[in-house]
This record gives sequence, C-alpha cells and structure tokens, in this order.
Amino acid sequence: MKVAKTGNEAMAEAMRQINPDVVAAYPITPATEIVMIFSQFVADGLVDTEYLAAESEHSAMSACIGSSEAGARVMTSTSSQGLALMYEMLYVASGLRLPIIVAEVNRALSSPINIHGDHSDTMGARDSGWIQIFSENSQEAYDNLIQAVCIAEKARLPVMVSTDGFIISHCMEVIDMISDGEVKKFVGEYKPERYLLDIKRPYSCGALDLQDYYFEHKRQEAEAMINSKNIILGVAAEFEKSFGRKYGFFEEYRLSDADVAIVCLGSTAGTTKFVVDKMRQHGIKVGLLKPRIYRPFPYAEIAKVLSKVKSIAVLDRSDTFSSYAGPLFTEITSCLYTAGVNVKAVNYIYGLGGRDIGIENIEYVFKELLKISEGKYAANIVNYLGVRE
Amino acid sequence: MEKKLGWKNLPQNDILEAGTAKDFKTGDWRSQRPVHNPEKCISCFICWINCPDSAIIVKDGKVIGIDYDHCKGCGICARECPPKVSAITMEPEKK
Repeated sequence: MKVAKTGNEAMAEAMRQINPDVVAAYPITPATEIVMIFSQFVADGLVDTEYLAAESEHSAMSACIGSSEAGARVMTSTSSQGLALMYEMLYVASGLRLPIIVAEVNRALSSPINIHGDHSDTMGARDSGWIQIFSENSQEAYDNLIQAVCIAEKARLPVMVSTDGFIISHCMEVIDMISDGEVKKFVGEYKPERYLLDIKRPYSCGALDLQDYYFEHKRQEAEAMINSKNIILGVAAEFEKSFGRKYGFFEEYRLSDADVAIVCLGSTAGTTKFVVDKMRQHGIKVGLLKPRIYRPFPYAEIAKVLSKVKSIAVLDRSDTFSSYAGPLFTEITSCLYTAGVNVKAVNYIYGLGGRDIGIENIEYVFKELLKISEGKYAANIVNYLGVRE
Repeated sequence: MEKKLGWKNLPQNDILEAGTAKDFKTGDWRSQRPVHNPEKCISCFICWINCPDSAIIVKDGKVIGIDYDHCKGCGICARECPPKVSAITMEPEKK
C-alpha cells in the first residue's frame, strides 16, 4: 500500500507492525519522533507492547537488555547524544548476544551543539558488536527495520538500523507499506533458546569472565558477526521473495561499466544516483557503490565490485579526527589493499552537522575523479567537501 | 589440571547453569564471624531476609545457625537482629 510517510513515521509504523513485547526509551531530544509516535500506538491499543519510559538512554538500553534476557522481543530508538549515552550498554547487549533492535537516526554529536544529520553517532558505535544497517530513504528504513528483527534473532546479535537525521527522518516521501498480517508472518514469533523467565531451565548470565574465559566469549562474538553475513543475505532473499524489493550487502548503481565511482552511505546515495544519471546522459561513465551493511563489513565483496573502476571517491559524513581519513574510507581502502586491488582512492569528508550536500558537490567529486583516473592530477587523499576555507 | 573449553565448545554468551554460587566457597573471605545464639533467637527471620549470601541456615521453621562456607562476615545479620534479642554477635575470625 502506497502511503506518504516521514522517515520517523515509516520506522514507527514498522515497529507497530512488528509489535515488539517491550519498548524502553527516553523519547526526548535528541531522539526523533519515532518513539513518540510509537507511544501513541501503545496508548491507542494498536500494539501489545509493554512501553517503558526510562530516565535516560543509558537506562533505556539497560531496560532493553533486561527485557531481552527475560525472553522478550525488544526494540528502541535513539539518536546522537542518546546513542552516545547508551554506549556502555551497547557492549553489554552484544556481549550477552541479545537480539535488540534500535531504530537509530544519524545525527551529529556535541560539541558544538547540533542535532542535524551526520553519521558521527552511529560511527561511534561501529565497534560495539552491533550489526549496522544504513538506509538511503524511508522505504529502505522501513524494509531494513522489518528485516532487522529476523537478522537479530537468527544471528543472536543486536541490530541498529539507521536513517539520516532530518534529510530522511523528517522529510515525507511515498513508501510502499506491507500489510500488518504479512509483516507479522514475516517476523514470526520470537522463540529464544534460553530466557531468564523460563523457570524450568534457570541460568545465570553476565557473570564475571576473567582472563581465562573472556577472550573465548569475544571470539564467539566475532564468529557470530562473521556468520551473520549469510543470515543477512538469507533474510534479504526471503524479503525479496515475499515483497519484491531486493537488498544485499550494498547496492551497485550503474557500476558494472563505470570508470570512476563514488562510495557513500545513506541519503547522499540518492543525490549521487541523480548525478550519475545526469553525467551518464553525457556519456561519462560514472557509478555508485552504496554500502547498506556497515557491520559486518563486506570486505571481500566490496573489493570485488570495485576492482574494475579506475578511481573511487569515498564520501564520509563523519570524521575520525585521526589526522587521516573518515571511517568508511579506511574500511574501503583496507579491503582493497588486502584483496590486492590497486584502485586510486580519495576521501571526502562532507555534510557534518547537517551541512547540505548538493548535486554540484557530487558533480565536483566526479570531475576530480575523472582527472585522477587520467593521471593528470595528484589530489590530496583526504579532502573536506563543502566547508568554508 | 582443569580442562578449559575453547570458544567453539563454550556455551555462547557467557551463560552459566543456575546455582553455581553454591559451589564457590566464600567463607575464607571473613575477618569477623557471626555467632548465633539459639537460646536468644526468636526466629523472626530478619537476618535470613537480609543476608546477601543466603548463609542463614533455617530448618523446620527455625534459624539454626550460619553457613560458614559462604558467609563473608559482612555483619548485616548481627546489625539487623532486633536489639532486644541480640542473638547474633560478631567475633574476630581466628586465623
């Protein structure tokens, strides 16, 4: 069914259809409206969810962890400082291997104070053992959130599904919603192997785990992340079979015969597609690679699809302040290097704190890339796009 | 020597079967030991409720003593025992 929804509404509607057992949240700025909309669904009796308003995001995630360990299907939503405040508990959720789902709206981190769209918050959590899925638009946010439930429960890992703050979260677009019944059938019933409220099979969890066992448990977590790759593809195939929309680790847009390509996450991919089409009309062979799954990072698969282009520009909507490059750039170049793919790569850090990225910016990057691939031009490896000098 | 499991065979996500605390003797942590006087004790169970280590032994509806294998000597039982009763006193642990 085609309906006009903001990104926030799309995520909240997906949550309504998933009908989780527990939602614990702190739905105040910098969180977006997702949980506020969802709490209305709770008040209106449209869901069976136990809704818990916590006193902070740290407590919200703690309550999610407790509920999940008790055997509930659990979701929450946050953003920016909120995700940052959850940081300690994110590691507990993944370490306890709990399939908690977070609808995360990518927003900048203070200071200076700014709640607009960039990827700093989500990138800060990239090593926390959570599966991370980036969405280009509201439709993807909706579809990804539904798939996340199945991925999390099969992989026994928490999942965060992100959209770009304001650009997607607050803008209205037409999305194709799946019927309530079909979503219910797709996500199925949550049947945890062990859960604390199962009094017939009691157990202890989260116990002290010192030098002689901690490492083995972390190795299991690493293995779970490796194994989640096939699970992610399996759920995507199932989703495509049921609803017709195709998903994978990434989307290749006019990439197969491209000379140069941009690699970027989230909503900027939409702008890039527009520019790719425009330049293709003039016979310029440009393309796009849009990673969807950031954790686990599809190293080998990305190296393979980028092996045929002459040069790439990786666009990062966050900085690592490492005196080098953005997080996506270091992942991409790492996978190219280890796969023995020698493609010239440059990095553009852009859009921090919600700074707009327009078609002229993308066109500029493609033109620079074309110069690089002709060998005429030695660019800086790391560049700041759209900042005033 | 204890044979430790590798990551492939360990239970996932650091879970332990219930009740393992019973096998872990913490009694030697004590610097003071609670001594229970059954003649004074009125079996009000205030010590039993408050003991963080479930170390108050109860049998047939009566407090009968202290589980010294697990009591860490925190003194809560002695402190919470009603002053008029004072059935538990803390004494230095003999080394």
